[in-house]
Formats: sequence, structure tokens, C-alpha cells
Amino acid sequence: MKLIFLLTALVTVGSAIATVSARKILHAALWLVLTLLGVAVLFALLEASFFAVVQVLVYIGAISILIIFAVMLSRSSLVDEGSQTHRRWWAVAIVLLAVVIAWVAALSLWPNWSTVSAALPAGAGDLATLGKQLVDPNGYLLPFELSSILLVAALVGAIYTAVEKKAGQA
Amino acid sequence: MAELLAPELLLWLIPALPFAAFVVIAIFTFRSRKLSHSIALVGAGFSFTASMLVILKALQVPELAKNPIASQIKWFPTGDSWFLLGVQIDPLTVVTLAFVAVTILMIFIYSVGYHNFGAPEGRNDIAGLPPKGAEVSHEGHTHRVPSVEPMYARFFALISLFAFAMYLLVVSDNLLGLYIGWEIMGLCSYLLIGFWYGRESARKAAIKAFITTRIGDVFMLLGLAALYALTGTLNYQQILSNQIVLNTLVTSASPIGGLSWAGLIGLLLFAGTIGKSAQFPLHVWLPDAMEGPTPVSAMIHAATMVSAGVYLVARFFPLISAGWTPGQPLTTPMLVMAAVGAFTAIFAATIAATQNDIKRVLAYSTISQLGYMVAALGIGAYSAAVFHLFTHAFFKALLFLGSGSVIHGMEHGAMHTGDEIDTQNMRNMGGLGKKMPLTFATFLAGGLALSGFPLITAGFWSKDAILSGAFTQSTIVFITLALAALLTAFYTARQITLVFLGNARSKAAGDAVESRPAMTIPLAILAVFAIAAGWIGIPKSFPLLGRMSSDWFAEFTGSMLSFKAVEGHSMIPLITSLTVALGGLLLGWLVYRRVKQAEAVDPMEKALGGGFRIIQKKYLVDEFYDLIFIRPSLWFADVFVAKWMDQVVIDGIINGIGRLGLFVGSALRNGFDAPVINGAADGIASGTRGAGGLLRKLQTGRVQQYLAGAVGGLVVLVIVLYSIFK
Amino acid sequence: MIPLSWYLILAAVVMFIGLYGVLTRKNLIGALMGIELMLNSVNINLVAFWRYLHAGKPEMDGLVFVAMVFVVAAAETAVGLALIISAYRRRKSVDANDMDLLKG
Repeated sequence: MKLIFLLTALVTVGSAIATVSARKILHAALWLVLTLLGVAVLFALLEASFFAVVQVLVYIGAISILIIFAVMLSRSSLVDEGSQTHRRWWAVAIVLLAVVIAWVAALSLWPNWSTVSAALPAGAGDLATLGKQLVDPNGYLLPFELSSILLVAALVGAIYTAVEKKAGQA
Repeated sequence: MAELLAPELLLWLIPALPFAAFVVIAIFTFRSRKLSHSIALVGAGFSFTASMLVILKALQVPELAKNPIASQIKWFPTGDSWFLLGVQIDPLTVVTLAFVAVTILMIFIYSVGYHNFGAPEGRNDIAGLPPKGAEVSHEGHTHRVPSVEPMYARFFALISLFAFAMYLLVVSDNLLGLYIGWEIMGLCSYLLIGFWYGRESARKAAIKAFITTRIGDVFMLLGLAALYALTGTLNYQQILSNQIVLNTLVTSASPIGGLSWAGLIGLLLFAGTIGKSAQFPLHVWLPDAMEGPTPVSAMIHAATMVSAGVYLVARFFPLISAGWTPGQPLTTPMLVMAAVGAFTAIFAATIAATQNDIKRVLAYSTISQLGYMVAALGIGAYSAAVFHLFTHAFFKALLFLGSGSVIHGMEHGAMHTGDEIDTQNMRNMGGLGKKMPLTFATFLAGGLALSGFPLITAGFWSKDAILSGAFTQSTIVFITLALAALLTAFYTARQITLVFLGNARSKAAGDAVESRPAMTIPLAILAVFAIAAGWIGIPKSFPLLGRMSSDWFAEFTGSMLSFKAVEGHSMIPLITSLTVALGGLLLGWLVYRRVKQAEAVDPMEKALGGGFRIIQKKYLVDEFYDLIFIRPSLWFADVFVAKWMDQVVIDGIINGIGRLGLFVGSALRNGFDAPVINGAADGIASGTRGAGGLLRKLQTGRVQQYLAGAVGGLVVLVIVLYSIFK
Repeated sequence: MIPLSWYLILAAVVMFIGLYGVLTRKNLIGALMGIELMLNSVNINLVAFWRYLHAGKPEMDGLVFVAMVFVVAAAETAVGLALIISAYRRRKSVDANDMDLLKG
């Protein structure tokens, strides 16, 4: 188990770094796919198998493809030579590295820090239970419905924003 | 069918329908005027009907205060528990809902007429400016008539949104729901004051209203957060009806100035009221808010939104008065409320007596009357304050709508005669009583109610209740309020005399005509309420009439409290209120009946001289704020940013995240070092530079730099909080 | 077995890699990818907390939140990319440094 985790973590972090530092934006998008896959494996390790599948479907299947699409559409302006980052990238890197170390150090004082997981009780994480809670008025019905409205709004908004306006229409 | 009429369900639907109307108008029907106002009216009509049904149901519940009709759903999880979103109806909600529902519906109907529905479109009308009128050919000759508002549908969408927010505020069973409604109303108020955004004055007034009320809102939010942190809930029942919670709040000391937590939270919530109900010193936005269309002034700035502030303190009265029983010294928040309220009442009344704009007189009158209610709550006269809130909503809405009708008549006259005058200036009016009899009659009813004309008007009963409460509790408050009542009657008589009596002082006034039925019918209905709404609260101890009365109102609202609210049963306040009402009215009429020309010097100015002009300029409060708050902050921005930019340029660090460390460093340097050591010398030198030109360099427009700043700020904040609360 | 801390450290690292990308990428699409990384790190945390601290309870708050994050991420990407494409069409650039119309 530990070995699988370490391997996955290595791949995830490595490809995440590659995502933010790759010179060609298309390569970055492909590295992102690998990172997302790593996260999916982590979900599976955490016994949230449903979300591992959703991660693959939604993130890798839809969002990544959308990003690659956008990359292709705006391709002509992409000058892949030269630095792809701002001049002060090293300053950002140093500050963030310091923050991450401080953050982990602060977190390690937390009593639950080294909790080891108990065996998953039977029925926990059951998909049917999750589904029922989502549509239960005493559960998450309101957030659930609101998120559906959000999706519709995003859809309409995205189409409205991206659609090419005819000449004469500002 | 019975299911559908369940009061719990209706309560949910009351705010929902106007909101639905807003969405439908804004997205689908904004192109059609008729469809848009129909949808808005259906929404408001439904809410009105539902409100009345719920109120009827609620009145049948015995001991409603202890067993309110309520319903809740889970909203979002907060750690181990849920935050519940709920609605409830108890006696205070019944009273508030009653006047809110009636006035909102009347104002919706009135707006159809006010915005000239059915009139032709003017050729020169532009969206964002009031309609200028259209030319119509009729049997050979052309004449100008009023034209329809260019942004008609937008208006109805916005007031529907406003109605939603107000209903939400009233029916909510917790402080967070109230706060959401409160803030949406703030937004609507901003949008509607700036409805004619083509006028610079309207834009400025809108921003002023928004920012001024925001000052109060921030304090209110702090109070809300403190309350939640201490009690773990914002539900009224769980906080206000629970003596254990209240006792804990009273006995535990807050970190500030020896106040108990109950006192501190009470003061913070009251700060919200100061902003929303335009109490001194945050009253400055309300008179400027008259830049909006008149129905907006009536609805938002007289009948409903400004009442919300008083509703808030009435709602939290058990907390504010916790630990107090009648006859004892007042609690700190009550003392502050009594002082602020009484001062505002008389302060605004003096200004109202000097204004010439018909709407501004009413605006200051509103501030003054709200001060009345706040003062009444401050001295513990709970039922009297709620009673005055109830009656005031009717007659003030009536007066505003009446003034809109007057302005409309004047505009008609001005268009017809081509007379270029200010149609809101009362000096240009006169003699309108004969031209506009319906408006005159209803305005008279409202004006008499406002000045507390004895026996027949609603205002008399509620004002009398406040005065007798004040008489038992505090002599100073009683005298102040009595003086304010005298001034109220005086400026009301001044207004009625100048507008309706005598002879026309301009060509436009001579040619004014009565408004359309869509405007006069709501006036007539509100006039009935302005007279009759007081009869439910006639005190038992009143000579003769008291025996027929059950004094139902005081008992009904009084059941919200665990002790008996302050009431008075003495003849002195009654005689006083009779004297000031009649005396003030008579005085106002005597002084102003002789004004013959529009240019004539105000009779009071002759008597008072320079003092009159200072009052007319509103005691120079606006100028004072400009000098004390606005200029120094501009100066500070100037010096601070100027020096900061210099150092940035010298050090040659311009781009990206590299600024981050420097920003913190130079903020310390300039915020501490420079102003103290050499700030004075540098300040004069750089103070001459334009602030805008320097501020703009901070605005690089690059989102990643902004983000870096935000992240840096967050890191600093986390470090600070961590080191404090570790 | 794996202690909770491992997941938390991993999530923190991914979070700040993502933040680094958002702050330094010249290409706006690259910045958007950084945001995706940050959202994913939040999801790792949520699932891990659910698994380690809440698995026995009937409420599935952690998992529900993960689902919400998915929804928000999808909406955010759709709108974000639409904005980038629309901006690209006008200015023929997806460089964040060129987007300075709000410059005062």
C-alpha cells in the first residue's frame, strides 16, 4: 500500500511540476492529464472508487479535453519559444516553498496528524446512500439544486461569451 | 386545497413570488411594458393575498408569541450541525407584514400610473433620464403630453426584487436571513436611487446612500458574528425567548469598555439601524435619495426599507433590554437609542421646516419620525414604537405618493404652458387644492395623521402612546419629543398651505391637472388606512373612547416581551399632544398663508435670519463630513501612494511578485516612519499632486499581480491570526 | 497503513504547485491549469478527511463536497475558457500581461 501511494504521489507531484513549467502549453495540458490520473488513483486508494471514476470521466474526459481544445483554438498566437513564465518566477517559487514548509509544520501539531485509517465499515461510502442524501430535503437537496442552476448558468454564460458576434453587433 | 393554504407553505411563497417576477421580467419580458408590469403586479398581488391569509391564520393562534407558526429547512452544514433557513410568524411579524404588504401593493399599482403607462414614447427620451414628454397632434394642433418612462420594465423588475428582499427580511426566522434581505434592499436602493443614471446628482446620491448605509452594516455584521460565535445560533426563538441565553449574555463581560456582551451586540445591531433608518449621524443619505422616482421614495425611503432598521431593534428588543425592568435605569444600548432617537427627531424636524423641495420636506420628516420610534424603543415603550411604525408606514407612503401626484400635475402644467420651472419647489405651487381635489383630500388626511390631529387620525394615537410612555420614563425625552411634535405639525401645515391653499404662484401651477385613477385610487386606499389604522390601538385609559376599545394592539405586541412594556396613563401627555398638534398646525397656517409670490422671502427667514439659512443648509453636516472624512482620506492616499511609488521606482523593482516583500516593508515604512518623522514636510510637497494620477499606477490591470497581492495579504493574515490565537 | 499526514502533505504540495502556476504562467490557459491543480488538491484533502475521520458516520459531507467541487470546477473551466477565447478573438493574444484594459 505504502509503495503504491509513494509511487502515485511521485508521479502526481512530478507531473504537476511539469504542468506548471513545461515550455509548450500543449505539453503542459498533457502533463495535467497525468496529474489528474494520479489523483484518481489516490481516490481509489482512499476507497472512494466512485469518485475515482468520476475524476477520470469529468476531469480527464471533459475538462482536459476542453483545455486542449482552447489551446488549439488560440494556437496561432502561441510562441512556444522563450520563457513561458514571468521574470520573477524564482521569487514566487521561494515564497511559496517557504509557505508550504511552514504550513506543513503548523499542521503537524494537529492531533489527528498521524491518524491511521480504520477499516472501512460495511456500507460506508455506499453510492446509493450518497445519492439519496443528495436529493433528500433534509440532506443536501438545496445545494444540489443550486449547483445544477450554477451549471446551467455557466453553460449559458460560456456560450454567450464565446460565440462569435456578427459584424455590427458590439 | 387545504394543503395549499397551509400557512407554513404560504409563508415561503410570500417572498418567492416577487423574486420569480423579477427573474422573469429581467430575463424574458423586458421588451414588453404591459407584460412586465402585469407580472410584477401578479407577484405583488399574490404576496399581498398570501400575507393576509397568513395573518388571519396567525391571529387565531392563542399565545402566538410563544408558539409562532414556523417552518425550517436545512441550508448548509456548519461543522457538526446545520444552518437552518426558516420562516416564522409571530406578533411582530404580523404587524410588520400587514403594513408592508399593503403599502407594497399600493405602490406597485401607483407606479403604473406614475410612469405614464399607455402614454406615447417621447422622441427625445433617453434611457437613464426622466421622460421629457411627447408631442401629439390632435385635430390640427400639436401639444405636449407626458411620455412613458423609457426603462419601464427595468423599474418593475427592480421593485419586484426589492419586494422580495423586504418580505424575506420580515418573514425570516433568523438574523442571517434578515441580513440577506437587508443587503439586497441596500442594493435595490442603490439601483433605484440611481434609476435616472443620466443625471449626475442621481449617481452621486446612489453612491452616497450605498456607502453611508454600508458603514452601519459593517457594525451590524460584527454584531451578527459575535452573536453567532457566542450562542451558536441566529434563530430568534432560540436567542430571544431563552432566558438562560439572555442571562448569560448580560452577565458575561465583553472585551470593550466594561460592556456586557448583550450591551455590545445591542449597540452593534443598533449601528445597523442608524445606517438603514437614517438616524443621526448617518442620516445624510436619505434626503439625497429623493433623486429616485417618487414611488421609490415612497416605498424604499419611507414605508418599508427604512422601517427595517426600526424592525431590527424592535425584534432584538429582548436582547437590548435584557436585564432591565421598567422603572430602573436604562441599559447602555437603550440609553444610546433614546439619546440618538430623540436628538434625530428634533434635529430633522427643524430642517424639514426650512426646506422648499416638496419631497425633501417629507424625507426629513421621515428621519424625524423614525427617530421618534427609536427613542420610544430606547425608553422601553415597545408597543408604542411598533404601533407608530405601523401607522407611520401608511401615512408616509400616502404623503410621498401624494407628492408624486402633485409633481406630476405640476409637470403637466409646465409642459402645457412651456413654463420652465422647478416642479418640486413648493414656492412655485399654491392653489393646487382646487385643481387636484382628490390628491388634496388624501394629502390632507396624510398630513393630519403625520402631525397627530386629535381623535380621527392614526398618527394621533401612536404619537400619544409614545409621548405618554416617555412621560413615565424620562422627562427630557418627553420634552424633546413634544417639541419635535410641535415642529412636525408646523412644517406639515407649512407644506399644505404652500402647496394646496392660496393662489397659484406660477403658470404651471395654474394649469395643473388631477392625476390618473391608477395614481389616485392607491392614494384613497392609503388615506383610509392613515385614518383608521390607529383605532386598533386606542388605550383603555383614554377618556370616553377608551371604554369601547380593547387596546388589542398593545396586548398583542406586548406579548413579545417577558415583562410589561412601558405605558403611560396620565392626562398631561394627552393634553400636551393635543396642544402641540393643533397649535403647530394653526401656527404653520397663520405664518405661511400670506406667501403670495414664488420669490418671496420665507416668513421664518425674516424672523430667524442667519439661523434659518444654516438650518436650511442642513446644519452643514454634509460639508462637515467632507472636511473631516473625505478630504483627509484623499490626502492620505495621496501622500501614502506617492511616496510608495517613488521608492518603488528608485529601487527599480516594478514587476511581478518581487513587489510583495517590498509592499509590506514600505507599508510599514510609510505607515509608521514617514508620517511621524518627516510626514509633515513631505505631505505639503506631495499633497499638491493629484491623487488620481498617483493612484492609477497601483492599478496595473494585471490580474496576476492583484492575485499575488491577495495571496501575500492572506499569508500575512494567517501568520498574524495564528500568532494571536495560538 | 498510510497515515493521514501523507495525504495532507501531498495535497499541500500540489496546492502550492498550482498556485505557482497561476501566479507565474504567462499563458492564461496555463494559469487556468494551475487552478485545476489547486481544486484537485482540495479534493484529495476532502476525500482523505472523509476516509480517515468520518467514514463511520452516516453523513457523507466530505464526499458531497467533492461532488460540489467537481461541479464548480466544470463551471469555472467552461466560463474561464470561454472568456479566454473571447479575449483572444479581440486581442489575438492569451498572454496575461496583455490583459491590462483595467489599468488606471
